[in-house]
Parts: sequence; structure tokens; C-alpha cells
Amino acid sequence: MTDTSPLIEAEGLEVKRGAHVALRNVDFSIRPGEIVTIVGPNGSGKSTLLRALIGAIQPSAGTIRRKPGLRIGYVPQSLHVEPGLPLTVARFLKLPTRHSKKAIKDALEYAGLPDLHDRQMSVLSGGQFQRVLLARALLEKPDILMLDEPTQGLDQRGSAEFYRQIEAVRRELNCAVLMVSHELHVVMSASDRVICLNGHVCCSGTPEIVATAPEYRALFGTGTKGALALYRHTHDHAHDHDHPQLDHHHEDHAI
Amino acid sequence: MIRAALAGIGTAIAAAPLGCFVVWRRMAYFGDATAHAAILGVALALALQIPVFGGVLATALAMGLIVHSLSGRGFATDTLLGVLAHSALAFGLVAVSFLSGVRVDLMGYLFGDILAVSVPDLAIIWGGAAAILLLVLRRWSSLLTSTISPDLATSSGIDPRREQMILTLALALTIAIAIKVVGVLLISALLVIPAATARSLSRGPETMALLAGVLGSLSALGGLALSYRADTPTGPSIVCVAAVFFLLSLMVSAARR
Repeated sequence: MTDTSPLIEAEGLEVKRGAHVALRNVDFSIRPGEIVTIVGPNGSGKSTLLRALIGAIQPSAGTIRRKPGLRIGYVPQSLHVEPGLPLTVARFLKLPTRHSKKAIKDALEYAGLPDLHDRQMSVLSGGQFQRVLLARALLEKPDILMLDEPTQGLDQRGSAEFYRQIEAVRRELNCAVLMVSHELHVVMSASDRVICLNGHVCCSGTPEIVATAPEYRALFGTGTKGALALYRHTHDHAHDHDHPQLDHHHEDHAI
Repeated sequence: MIRAALAGIGTAIAAAPLGCFVVWRRMAYFGDATAHAAILGVALALALQIPVFGGVLATALAMGLIVHSLSGRGFATDTLLGVLAHSALAFGLVAVSFLSGVRVDLMGYLFGDILAVSVPDLAIIWGGAAAILLLVLRRWSSLLTSTISPDLATSSGIDPRREQMILTLALALTIAIAIKVVGVLLISALLVIPAATARSLSRGPETMALLAGVLGSLSALGGLALSYRADTPTGPSIVCVAAVFFLLSLMVSAARR
């Protein structure tokens, strides 16, 4: 990818929900191929930021620029399918863009759900549902994948698998990934850049920088540091063999 | 009789896809509110001496827009609709009573008067139905995506507010053409019952809409036949037949399990 201009860029973003200011003075940008994670406590405006970036919420101040023709693969935090609406998995995957039968089949294979083609959306388990949401997002061949607490409701093993899949997706499609999560140690170690949010951007940078930042410690304490180091180690190990180019990303976006 | 049958089928076909959206978006009460506003439309149309169809269309549309813009301002939607629907109905009924000199067949508007459908009425019904179908079919995918998740729609470049507006518009148009067939009080029934019946028999949204159209048409024909033989009021007879279909569908889906 030669064009490295930001996919989405926000400046001085402020979002009000009623009288409450959910986000203030947020600057944000994400470039092609980057993995950025937003962490923050409950009610810190993580989902709000994501929804503002896709255009679902109008900011009360500031600007958001999306690259013209940007394809967003959005995986929402949760999705309620009305019981009155009959919807098979295959049909859901075709919303809003039609895809060939083969593409649908491949997407389900890839998501590890080959047998769910004709299953009703309303009877899927939490893990299956998340995977279907991801498969739908990937079918749109996104430039950027946006995931809002994608592993909510999954057990530890399930979420670890899910994140492994996200990394694989990033490698194959070379799309940017923007995630919101509170599973700090798992998510942060997989990210190029972490943004710590609490109504405003507390701190940001590589996982190492953020994890040691006093602002971050003040929000989350130091309890996760050990786990982070542990995971970081095994992860780095895999890096060296599989995709050393990641390291160069770290350098690039260290703030 | 043939005119009545054609009117019934035309209305049923137009109502089918919209009825599905009404069910999917939990807008049943919204349909009611818009329909009740139609009585006010009738009164205004008669007072201003403009065609009833135009008056109904205008008030139904206005009602839709008011609900659309007031929703999310502190009242639960069902409270808001309760206030608006019955106020509109009451104002309409009062307004009708002021129309001295004009003899208004109120029953005809409340319960429909399908047997008195004229050729121009038919043209309006089928023209309206065609417009609704064209609108809904062209935007089917966007409408469906917005219905399932507004955020998902936005991320794909669809504006869910706009899709909502289109549905409101189509709903107002449906009510304006259905008033002659089943009347103000039973329009919601014609929207919701065939869709609900089709629900338990279908596995996909498209099947459900199609099936709702077939069931609605059969209800219209069955109701006409019933009304002809037993000399019952036609609009309610149509709804009765639709309700019987609904019961049957419940039994069928229960037997399948």
C-alpha cells in the first residue's frame, strides 16, 4: 500500500449525549494497515467515539474526515434481531451488498461456521453471532475493520481465538483495525497503538508506553502489567517469524 | 364486485411489505396513529373541498413527520403515539361535526366502503400501490439493513434516518389508499395481521413479504365473499378472515414442531 494518508481523521471532536459531554477535544487518526485499540473504563466514551467515526452520531464540535470511498467493516457491540424478522445467516451476510453464493460459503468457512448457512440468526450462540458479524464485515472487503467490544460474552478461550482471527484477517486483507476493548492485556499486546480514553484522550502510543503511563495506571492500576508482559513475550516471539514488518509500524506511530 | 375485489387485492399487495416493516420495527402503534390522523384528514378535505385522498395523505404524512421528529425527546414512543393518535382522532371527529350541510358518512370512513369503490378510486389504489411497491423494492436492501441495525447501515453508507422517512412516506400513502377499503380503524389490522401470519411460515424476509401479500389478497377476497353471502360489513369481514388465517398459521407452525 503506497497511499498512507489517514483513513479516518478526527480533530477536536466533541460529542454530547443530551446535556452530558461524552467526548471532548479528541484528536484521532488511523492509517492503512494499522491496528489501533481504544481502552478505557465503562462510560468513558469508547463506543461513542467509534459510532461518531462511522457517522452514526453527529459531533457537536470538531471535524471528522473519512477518506472518500472508504469501506468500513463495522462489528457492533451487540445486535438484536427482532424475533418477528425471519433471517438466515446467509441472508444476513448479504446486507446490504449482494454477494455470490461462493463468496458467502467461503466467508462462512473462513469464520469457522460452515454449517450455519441456513440457520436463523435468532438461534445463534453469542460466539457464533460475533463470528457471523465479523464475516459480514469482511465480505464488504473493508479498508478498515471497526470492532466494538467484539469478545463480549465470549469465554477467555473464545476471545483469544477471536483476536487471533483478527490478526490473521489483518495480515491477509491488509486492512486497518480499530478496536474498542476492556480486555487490556490481550488486546493491547496485539496493537500497534493504544489510545486510553476517559471522556478525552488520557494517553496514547505503543502498548508499552501506554501501559507504563501514569494516566493509564491511574485508571486501571498496575494489576495487569504482569499479564501484559507475559503475553507480550510469547507474542513477540511469533512476530519475529511470521511478520517482522509489524515492528516497523511500532516505530512509525510511537508518539 | 370485481372492482371491490381489485381494490382489496391492490391494497393488500401495497400493505404487505410495509406491514412486514411495521412488524420488524415494532411500529404497529405508529400505523394506528397515522391511520387515526386520517379521520382528521377526511374532515379537512371535506371542509376545504379537496379530494379526500389528498386530505388523508397530507394528514397521515404530517402525523408521520411529527412522530418522527418528536421521538427520542423524553417520552416513550408508545406514550407519544397514544397522545397523538387519539388526539388526532378526537379532533377529526369534532371537526366532522362542524361540517354542516355536508352529509358525511362517517361509518364509511371508519370501517371502509369497499363495495362503493369507483373506477377513479381503483386508479388511485393501484397507482398508489405501484408507487409504494416501486419505492420499497428499489430500496429494499437499504431499508432492511437500517431495520436490523441503524449503525450497521451507517457504516455501509446508508442513512437510516432517510430510510425511516421513506417508510413513513410509504406508510402514509398506504393509509390513504386503504381508507376506502377497510377504513381508518382497521388499516393497522390489514398491515399487521398478514405479516404476522406470514412470519411463522417463512424463513427469510423476502418470503415473508411475498407471503403477506398473498395472504392479504386472500383475506380481501374471502372477506368480500363472506360479506356478500352473510351480509356482513365488508371491512371487518376482511379483517376477520385475516385473523382466521393467523390462527391457522399458528396451528401449522405448532404442528411442525
